[in-house]
Amino acid sequence: MCTGVRFRFPTFRDSRLTIFQPKTEDEVVEAVQWALAEQAPVEIVGQGSKRDLGRPLQTEHTLALADYTGVTLYEPHELVLSAKAGTTIAELEALLAANGQAFQFEPMDYGPLFGQIAGQGSLGGLLATNLCGPRRLKSGSARDHVLGVRVVSGRGELFKSGGRVVKNVTGYDLSKGMANSWGTLGIATEITFKVLPAPETETTLVIRGLADDQAARAMAIAMGSNGEVASAAHLPGNVAGRVIDGILNGEASTLLRLEGFAPSVADRATMLKSLLASAREIDAISGETSRRLWQEIRDVIPFADRTERPVWRVSMAPMEGYKLVASLRMGAAVDAYYDWQGGLVWLRMEGEPEDEAVRTLVGKYGGGHATLVRAPASVRAAVPVFEPQPAPLAALSKRLKQQFDPSGILNPGRMVAGV
Amino acid sequence: MSGLRMPKSDAATMARRADIAAALRAIVPGEGVVDVTNEMRAFESDALTAYRQLPLVVVLPQTVAQVSRVLRYCHENNVKVVPRGSGTSLSGGALPLEDAVLLVMSRFNRILEIDYPNRVAVVQPGVTNLGITTAVEHEGFYYAPDPSSQIACSIGGNVAENSGGVHCLKYGLTANNVLGIEMVLITGEVVRLGGKHLDSEGYDLLGLMTGSEGLLGVVTEVTVRILQKPTTARALMVGFPTSEEAGQCVADIIAAGIIPGGMEMMDRPAIHAAEDFVHAGYPLDVEALLIIELDGPVVEVDHLIAMVEAIARKNGATTCVVSQSEEERMVFWAGRKAAFPAVGRISPDYLCMDGTIPRKELPKVLAGMRDLSEKYGLRVANVFHAGDGNLHPLILYDANIPEELHKAENFGADILRLCVKVGGVLTGEHGVGVEKRDLMPEMFNETDLNQQIRVKCAFDDKHLLNPGKVFPQLHRCAELGRMHVHRGKVPFPDIPRF
Repeated sequence: MCTGVRFRFPTFRDSRLTIFQPKTEDEVVEAVQWALAEQAPVEIVGQGSKRDLGRPLQTEHTLALADYTGVTLYEPHELVLSAKAGTTIAELEALLAANGQAFQFEPMDYGPLFGQIAGQGSLGGLLATNLCGPRRLKSGSARDHVLGVRVVSGRGELFKSGGRVVKNVTGYDLSKGMANSWGTLGIATEITFKVLPAPETETTLVIRGLADDQAARAMAIAMGSNGEVASAAHLPGNVAGRVIDGILNGEASTLLRLEGFAPSVADRATMLKSLLASAREIDAISGETSRRLWQEIRDVIPFADRTERPVWRVSMAPMEGYKLVASLRMGAAVDAYYDWQGGLVWLRMEGEPEDEAVRTLVGKYGGGHATLVRAPASVRAAVPVFEPQPAPLAALSKRLKQQFDPSGILNPGRMVAGV
Repeated sequence: MSGLRMPKSDAATMARRADIAAALRAIVPGEGVVDVTNEMRAFESDALTAYRQLPLVVVLPQTVAQVSRVLRYCHENNVKVVPRGSGTSLSGGALPLEDAVLLVMSRFNRILEIDYPNRVAVVQPGVTNLGITTAVEHEGFYYAPDPSSQIACSIGGNVAENSGGVHCLKYGLTANNVLGIEMVLITGEVVRLGGKHLDSEGYDLLGLMTGSEGLLGVVTEVTVRILQKPTTARALMVGFPTSEEAGQCVADIIAAGIIPGGMEMMDRPAIHAAEDFVHAGYPLDVEALLIIELDGPVVEVDHLIAMVEAIARKNGATTCVVSQSEEERMVFWAGRKAAFPAVGRISPDYLCMDGTIPRKELPKVLAGMRDLSEKYGLRVANVFHAGDGNLHPLILYDANIPEELHKAENFGADILRLCVKVGGVLTGEHGVGVEKRDLMPEMFNETDLNQQIRVKCAFDDKHLLNPGKVFPQLHRCAELGRMHVHRGKVPFPDIPRF
């Protein structure tokens, strides 16, 4: 029973706060049915690592899945893993690594950006926020690897979708529907993912001294080649000093990651060096240092400065990202770096979030979406955190929310007011 | 129509047929509306030819504005709509209804933009799957998902069905290769999901649309990822005395960290049918044959071929041949690719099933199929996407023998039940359509199905788009909207209030 596990959280937050910490799926159902009966909105958290992301919630009640943990299925030869929602990503990654496997989509860890310790995030949070990393272009995000879910909807009903096999088109893909829904449609209690072999080795080629636009062109050439580049990022000079203990010497660095079997990586490195030879001298970073470099790029370590200065995460067409930054710099002080061949732009603003400027320019340069990932709560309450949608799309999203959570009790307003 | 239960036709709509045709003609002038019975015959079925039905009227719009106006008209006038691409569905997804407008997207056949630096192609939905590759291959690029009908099937249909192909373990399904779509809702509203950028700003509506079988909206533009073609590809042809050994070989390849570009298995009846037909040099004394293809840089492929060969021999392979030339690789594939027509030569008719199972369950499922084969007195041959567990049993029957189609259908349904029982699913890539619609309760309970239908309600609350497909029973949205939990009747009457 949930009553047995509810307790008053000894916390800096409002002392009236009630936390449900279900230990079974039935208790999740019961907690939601209670909230439904009370018409009491509930904040849904896994381990609580991404609470500072999204619109601030004002619910009195919290349903935390931190105690609903454990791996329920792991068959390495079948490339499949299922776990309960509260299980930490760190625990799962350790289990996979022990079997030479990984989540190929490399889920990022928001902890450092919010001044928390790393490794806190849960599997439920991973799917709810559709995490991914520098391999996004080649390997997709959480939505591309989720195979099945068990979900408690805002109706207090438990449903399942998908399965445990890779190829499945039986009915609508509600597993993908849960991706990036931020706990507003339902509570995924148990999630099944495709897992894949971890690459045997990796090497990162480093091209020094390119301007942002030159870097975008170099990355496009590399990604469009036979080099099977897993990740392509560009760190301008002022950012390059803030990763892997400054060994990039604060010099603008364009980074190309090659992964796979050793002979193949060596062969592709040679090919790419000759393909890009006219650009600059090309260095290489290998093994553990390379892995750390991409982890720090993934986790936005250059902007993990223990401040609340606004940080944007912008997804656009790869060849447009640098144009956004150049235009923004005309009117505001901004620090930026690029992942995903230039299509993922991380921006740190010196002062105001400049949301109108950012979003107008994203629209001007081919479209995409800008998320205000970090900002003081008062700012996140006033500025749309997620990219506003055109009216017909916003209405469709709202209708979808109503079909899953007609009383609006699950994370109401976490994404958009009314959703 | 062979006992297939379809939604009751609406007599009032059928009585308005002439008016509806006239209204559509006002939207799509000229030859864009077909309402003469003889001309509509071409559209009476898709690739699941066992089922046929003439539509109410056929409309072939040419612009997004026309699609929007057609749908708005149908919405306002409560007329059902069945969308259709190239009509290659194997599950009856594009089967017409006698009281529904058939909306054919084949005139949307232009490639709108190819953007190599961003590695995307923007195309209209009627462009064929292979047409995308053809348009970009001079630059060394291709579009990865390759359903076997790729020469004819449309990319819009691929989105509707989330089509796969033999390379999807390594390169993903349609859902993983489509970055954006423009679509028209049943209300006529035009919306864009995604684009050249990645992931969604909100709910993953693109993920819901992909594989929704024409029940949620009509796709009018598709942005796909294009990839650089692998430098080289080589294949191994490996035969085993038992399917268990072949299955273990597949598991060991994956355990070694290798994800082949393609990994196909055939059972004895399929091997013999294919060999008799195309003479690919397949061994006839084996129970299971694997075709394993490695692709990538030459150095990598050579490295992996050696690893796979060692794994195959360790697992008791009695035949293991590595392709030494592009011609030889194509010959290895020729038999597998001709497996369906080869089976067509040894039987007047066959049903192609499409379940997916956890790979390790293959021996159990094959044994179960042998028992069923005896029970029904029908032969079965199997081809299997071994890497991802997608099984295509081909059930051999003769439509001229009374009741044999019915028997074959029951046999097929039993096979799919077996797939679900061992942890698999009803359909890996062909879709539910009408074919597997009534089996949905084998995999989903009523709550599961109702939540799926609620998604439908968010997109199309009048159930006008492609009714009769996917769901065994469509509850009215208002009915599903009711909440069944009321104050005082919850499991926690004693919980403290705050």
